[in-house]
Amino acid sequence: MTLVVRRLLTVAPTVLVVATVTFVALQVIPGDVAELMLGMEGQTDDIARLRKEFGLDRPLLVRYLDWLGHLVRGNLGTSVTYREPVMHLIIARLPVTFSVAFGAMFVAVALALPLGIVAARRAWSPIDLAVLAGSQLGLAVPTFWMGILLLLGFAAALPIFPLQGYVAFTRDPLQWIRHLALPALALGLERAAALARLVRASVLDELSRDYVRTARSKGLAGPYVLRRHVLLNALVPVLTVAGLQLGFLLGGTIVLEQVFGLPGLGRLLLQGIYSRDLAVVQGAVITVAVIFALLNLAVDLLYAVVDPRITYD
Amino acid sequence: MAALAVLAPLLAPYEPTAIDPAGRLSPPGDAHPMGTDRLGRDLFSRVLYGGRVALAVGTVAVSIGAGAGVPLGLLSGFRGGRLDAVLMRLVDGLMAFPALLLAITVVAALGPGHVQVMTAIGVVLIPIFARLARAQTLATRAQEFVLAAHAAGAKELRIVLRHILPNVAGPLIVQATVAFSGAVLTEASLSYLGLGTQPPIPSWGGMLQEARDVLFVARWMAIWPGVAIVTAVLGLNLLGDGLRDLLDPRLGRQ
Repeated sequence: MTLVVRRLLTVAPTVLVVATVTFVALQVIPGDVAELMLGMEGQTDDIARLRKEFGLDRPLLVRYLDWLGHLVRGNLGTSVTYREPVMHLIIARLPVTFSVAFGAMFVAVALALPLGIVAARRAWSPIDLAVLAGSQLGLAVPTFWMGILLLLGFAAALPIFPLQGYVAFTRDPLQWIRHLALPALALGLERAAALARLVRASVLDELSRDYVRTARSKGLAGPYVLRRHVLLNALVPVLTVAGLQLGFLLGGTIVLEQVFGLPGLGRLLLQGIYSRDLAVVQGAVITVAVIFALLNLAVDLLYAVVDPRITYD
Repeated sequence: MAALAVLAPLLAPYEPTAIDPAGRLSPPGDAHPMGTDRLGRDLFSRVLYGGRVALAVGTVAVSIGAGAGVPLGLLSGFRGGRLDAVLMRLVDGLMAFPALLLAITVVAALGPGHVQVMTAIGVVLIPIFARLARAQTLATRAQEFVLAAHAAGAKELRIVLRHILPNVAGPLIVQATVAFSGAVLTEASLSYLGLGTQPPIPSWGGMLQEARDVLFVARWMAIWPGVAIVTAVLGLNLLGDGLRDLLDPRLGRQ
């Protein structure tokens, strides 16, 4: 338990870094934020008024510390476009984003694990070559195009799935699945392509180890050897790199929310950018980055669970 | 793998040589091999021109990423100590963001446009190159020929340039091709989201966004830009794989 707590604490500096980078990127670099928000049409008096209202005429350091103070208390500001606290907007959209992300992860793992293992066991066979070729193709396909193609196939041509929109799980589980199926599939297929190669490489690596040969020479049957020893050891490097995949998973989720019209965090972020709503953009960026950090932490902890050889001081 | 390495260079340079100079934004009329878009522009020409954008963005973004990242990593790895710690903190700060999110954030800061996209992707690539260069430098630094050069009284910069850089170049070049393909994909995504190349400049991602709006009535619009992206990215990835195989034995890796 102390391990978990200690690891959780390491997220705190990451959040600070994320917040700082976001602040620098969105408040320092664009220059005059008030001008940015009002756009070209803003009158000089309006700009001056907005500046005062948001306290943008104060020195940078003061603004930064003030903002950090708000963050710590969970105050992400108020959206100019929606006229609601940004925190509310974000919380409302979290379930959607999580649904897509976890749905895609589920699809990816469900596809990649068996395919990768089979490919490794029958290395260089037609199945293996098919898996390798398929994954190369899958990695080259942009996620949003996959989404559009799926829409073409399964929503336009054969109207099985809806074109866009989202239904909460709590309201109607079946519709929830229906609306999530295509986006999860689109992102899942792409992630599966990357994951399958990893699984295959990792399993191949394990299969060539000495202890496998020893077990085999002892007369233990193939599948037994595989399940007991190889899989568990092969999982470790897969987990590490799966952690790196999380970034692409989140990025893909953002794009797919746009393709499929899902009201999630990604969509909120983009709408914030289009309407130059600074508070929304900042809030969304920080939230996604924090989620990324927490997911990475989860993978780290899982790593420690899976491999008893790894101990953290 | 050797066969792929030979094929890949054929695939990768396909875009610049295939551009049709007569194919500008033309109204409907003669035969359009890929159809026309909502404004009657020839899609085939737009796909070809989109290739130039992809190439440009990829080149500039990788140049920024490697141009800033590699010296950073070399310096950090060679000098070590506090400089290394500080630089790596900065790098970690950037890597705390998922790649696309960071790119979106930079574009949000700078505004939409293909120049901004190049910068954004470049910024995303800097930590990747920095980390790689640093790791390679650390591995090479302890080797005998470096120590020998140092003992012979060679100046620091000379050591880095003449001895370390050639040895770390291999993985960096491979990384550059992978980064290039990633840059093409990211530019497409950003343009799709309306944050990248702005109309009327054609870009594959932007064309797919237009296609999404008219998906039911103009299905052909959604096909070719996507095919172009896949071909380009696949070609680059295969090139990278081929290069990796080519360079590895020379470096004496397992």
